[in-house]
Order: sequence, then C-alpha cells, then structure tokens
Amino acid sequence: MAATIILNGKPVSPDARATTVGALIAAQGIDPSHVVVEVNREIVRRDDFDRCPVRDGDVIEVLRFVGGG
Amino acid sequence: MDELIIGTTAVRSRLITGSGKYRDDRLIPAVLAAAECDIITVALRRIDFDRPAESILNHIPKGKVLLPNTSGARNAEEAIRSAHLSRAMGCGDWIKIEVINDQKYLLPDNSETIKATEALAKEGFVVLPYMYPDLIAARRMADAGAAAIMPLGAPIGTNRGVLTKDFISILIDEIRLPVIVDAGIGRPSHAAAAMEMGAAAVLLNTAIAASDDPVAMARAFKLAVEAGRTAYLAGCAPTSNEARASSPLTGFLDT
Repeated sequence: MAATIILNGKPVSPDARATTVGALIAAQGIDPSHVVVEVNREIVRRDDFDRCPVRDGDVIEVLRFVGGG
Repeated sequence: MDELIIGTTAVRSRLITGSGKYRDDRLIPAVLAAAECDIITVALRRIDFDRPAESILNHIPKGKVLLPNTSGARNAEEAIRSAHLSRAMGCGDWIKIEVINDQKYLLPDNSETIKATEALAKEGFVVLPYMYPDLIAARRMADAGAAAIMPLGAPIGTNRGVLTKDFISILIDEIRLPVIVDAGIGRPSHAAAAMEMGAAAVLLNTAIAASDDPVAMARAFKLAVEAGRTAYLAGCAPTSNEARASSPLTGFLDT
C-alpha cells in the first residue's frame, strides 16, 4: 500500500519515488531554494531536504513567501 | 545623515512598503524603486500544489531588508512558529509580529503580541510588533526587547488615515524606540502628517498597491514621507486661535 501523508493539510499519496523531502518537492516542480518545510512540526533545514525521509503518516508543511503587508 | 536605526541596522528610507495585493507582482520592482524603500514586508503561506505560484522573492531586488510578518497567527504560539519558519527561509532574522484573532477589524491582540515579542527577542530576532496604540502595552513590548513599535493608524486596508493620532503621539513621547505607524495610511497626506508628528517611519501596502498607478503613488509616498520628516526636524511653527499678521500692520498708504 502506498504511503499516505498530510501535505499542507490535505491527505495525499505521493509518488513512490518521493522518499525524501527533496524528492517530494522536486516532484512538484518547485524550486527548493524558496521554500521552508516542516515535518511533524519540526523545521527541516534546506541542506537536509535530500536526507529527510518521507514516511507514512507524516504531516508535512511546505511554505513560501507571498505578498503581504 | 538622518538615518532610521532599527536594532543595529541603519537605513535611509523611512517608508516601509508591503508586497501584497498587487494586481501583478511584476510591478513590485518598479514600485520599490520609486518608493526608494529599504525594508519590505512579506507573508508566509502554504504552497498550493494545485496552482503553485512564483515566490514573491523573485520580484524583490537583492539588498532589501525583508520583514516577514506572522499574519495568520491567532496567538503567540502560532506567531512564534511562523517566525521560526520565516527565519528558516534564510532571508534574515527580522519579524513583524502580527497576532490577530478578530476577523472583522483585524485588530491586533496586544497581550499575545507581548508574549511573542519576548520569546522571539530572546532568540535574537529583530522584533517589530504590530500593535494597538496602548502605552502600557508598548512599554511591555519595549521591555521585552522589541526593536521598534508599530502602532496602527486605522484598521488594516481601510485607508482612513491616522485615526489614533493622539495615542500614537503619546507613544512617540514615551517610548525610546522607533515608532512606526503601520496600517490605515491611505494617502500621502496621512503619511506626511504621521511623520510631522515625529513617527520614525510609516509602513503601508494597500495605499500603493490598490491605487490606479502604484509606481506613481510610491513616488508620491516617498516625497510625502520626506516632507513630513523634514518638517518634523525643522520644527513646525506654533498654532494660535487668533490671527497673527504675516505682513506689517503699519505703513499702508494713509492708515
């Protein structure tokens, strides 16, 4: 059975190859240099994206800066 | 030179602009150039994977001080979490604390803001709290390590001007930190008036972004802020209820 994670509040079953945070972001076509990531409320350093595993049940937040006042 | 000093950073411009609400974010570089501002605010949000938009950072020139806000936070804990995430972006350690749990008027929760200020200042953030202009709360934020105090002029996005003028004057008089008027400033004349009062700077977003010509309006605000600041430093002439003639009262023909 494929892993299910909660990604930005929504349950998703990522591509089986997306076994790390880095791969998960790359699979979405997003530039990792402009995002921050939290896995289960812990911030993942950008240098660790490719080492941080994505596991079944993880709650992952991927955020970026947008316009704001 | 009349620089604005926040924490250990000195900047030239006393106009701080937001990056929200532009009909096209590609306008932002020209707006920032016309405003000649040094500090710009941004917000932190989840990426929408169904419609991933560009990062706002692509539109902000290098060399600006980035001031992320904690908008969306309803209490101190959420503001602290947001600040940690923003710092992890690697664009500095400035943070505008915005704790709001009132959805109609978007008024800030001063007591939660004090808690967040204290925690984040201890961690070494340069903390700029958005606050309701209450002297006691401002003192607590200053004691908690805020680098500046940012009282509101009017509710966010209302463009109604500095409705809280008399209370902001009290903060300017009593708080030994830069007092930056944030929110409510809708016109250059409002910005000039705030600066004439002795505000250290103004922060605005909607007034430029929602104008017909944001680049021209950015320039108008730059000029207004400079005019107001120059007037403050020059010391405005006193007011009086009775007329004081500007021309000599004697020597006119036969009189």
